[in-house]
Amino acid sequence: MKALIGWIDERIPLTKTYNKHVGQYPTPKNFNFWYIFGFIAMVVLVNQILTGIWLTMNYNPSGDGAFASIEYIMRDVEYGWLLRYMHSTGASAFFVVIYLHMYRGLIYGSYQKPRELIWLFGMLIFLVLMAEAFMGYLLPWGQMSYWGAQVIISLFGAIPVIGDDLTLWIRGDYVISGATLNRFFALHVIALPLVLVMLVFLHIVALHEVGSNNPDGIEIKENKDENGWPKDGIPFHPYFTVKDLAAIVGFLFFFCWVMFFFPDGGGYFLEKPNFEAANPLKTPDHIAPVWYFTPFYAILRAVPDKLLGVVMMGLSIAVLFVLPWLDRCKVKSIRYRSTIHKLNIAQFVICFIILGVLGVLPSTPALTLLAQITSFGYFAYFLLLWIYSKNEKTKPLPDRVTK
Amino acid sequence: MSNAPVDAGRRRFLTWTTAVVGGVGATFAAVPFISSWNPSAKAKAAGAPVEVDVSKIEPGQLLRVEWRGKPVWVVSRPQSVLDNLNTLGDKLRDPDSEEPQQPEYTVNVHRSIKPELFIGVGLCTHLGCSPTYLPGSFGEQVQGVEYGFFCPCHGSKFDMAGRVFQSVPAPLNLVVPPHHYVDETTILVGLDQGEA
Repeated sequence: MKALIGWIDERIPLTKTYNKHVGQYPTPKNFNFWYIFGFIAMVVLVNQILTGIWLTMNYNPSGDGAFASIEYIMRDVEYGWLLRYMHSTGASAFFVVIYLHMYRGLIYGSYQKPRELIWLFGMLIFLVLMAEAFMGYLLPWGQMSYWGAQVIISLFGAIPVIGDDLTLWIRGDYVISGATLNRFFALHVIALPLVLVMLVFLHIVALHEVGSNNPDGIEIKENKDENGWPKDGIPFHPYFTVKDLAAIVGFLFFFCWVMFFFPDGGGYFLEKPNFEAANPLKTPDHIAPVWYFTPFYAILRAVPDKLLGVVMMGLSIAVLFVLPWLDRCKVKSIRYRSTIHKLNIAQFVICFIILGVLGVLPSTPALTLLAQITSFGYFAYFLLLWIYSKNEKTKPLPDRVTK
Repeated sequence: MSNAPVDAGRRRFLTWTTAVVGGVGATFAAVPFISSWNPSAKAKAAGAPVEVDVSKIEPGQLLRVEWRGKPVWVVSRPQSVLDNLNTLGDKLRDPDSEEPQQPEYTVNVHRSIKPELFIGVGLCTHLGCSPTYLPGSFGEQVQGVEYGFFCPCHGSKFDMAGRVFQSVPAPLNLVVPPHHYVDETTILVGLDQGEA
């Protein structure tokens, strides 16, 4: 065995890579609950890729056959229902995990210098994931697939001058049709997963280059022992592999519970009109996107102007990209930051959740007003952060990580 | 291999010219990939005009036909609805149809060739959902207006001539497709009069 590894090591840096990223990667010893979601996200990604490959074996990507082939998978293919529910529940689970993962970064300042690139790669992953989820949702070719895609593609029509030609080009037809379905299928199963895996790779390489942040937001690399090992660091393996393993068990428990007992997520993971085949002549009475898009969708709807609505929705995501440069505070963790920062994060989270709820409800004047207020709160987070973070009153940082 | 000193200027020139030529080549190579996303010849050919028989339409009734895969509405408007159209001017974004959302021959208050029959593409100009026809129950949306179209997606409202109300997400009136009367009771959707 040793000889074999020696033989490999002379040809490819196997042991070196293993040690850098797993065996001897110094991980802060004060990680808490919030630090399980990165690993869980990777497990979900593997689940999506694996079940996705198996679903393509029976799926028929055409306007005439798509809906029927989904029913075929659900009824006739052995364990087809399970593979499909693993994939569809996995999609929602992916966003649950990613939102919690992003929230962790937000409260502990994990996006701050020197981790800006990790955050940017992470945001790109989020963006690709949204595209992936959106295109995947068209594939069952149900009513919601069809009209949801109609709405999202029409967003590009709001762009002045080139808008109409652009939507025509994206659809490849005058309306959403089999041509659109086929290209979305190609992007969903080949192009975007490749990009996604590459971005995840970069995300991790960037993380392991600068080292992990921790709930105290101080750099463990600044306090090393005589061997050059951070005093507050412990090797990733076995300490955190074991922790992550426990987290995975807990996560899978919830995952299976949802998958077996509420595979449609109460109409939020798989919406009811989607059990009816796409009909280009009839819009369902109430169109709502899948839950993970609703906060941004609510912002779109809150603005009573087509172009401005699309711009605001785009901005609500774009502003997250520049977060590392909006936050000018030197202290990272919420533990040592000012009360105003804590209140700001709290109002941001509340607004985000309210927007998410509003996005699934039909629009009424009162709800639209509420959506406008919470959209304002969403953007106010970033503006306020930029203003007060310059001269923020923070608590003194400890030298070593705390418990 | 010669040991002549490196000519940095020459090297830079070669690097740049190679990059530019390569870039031009890559741009041309991108053409087929981008063009293949345009509607195919088959999709373009499918946009043929459609004939609609309106001899049996009742007042207040809405007929749906498919043209280029889009829902096209043929609505027969009762006299009371037609009378109401004139009174809505100040509630609408574009009451006089100034935006080019219709052929020349339907730029009038009822946005149609014959006053009673409205022909329009039933797709909201916001994000392309198909609005719901609310005959007699539109009053919940706009007070005092009993007939209209309400888009379930984002709450846009249109009157019985497809004109958009103010302060809704949709920016424009519903599109009126090119159409003409072949005879008294037959409409051809997709072609102007005299066009073949």
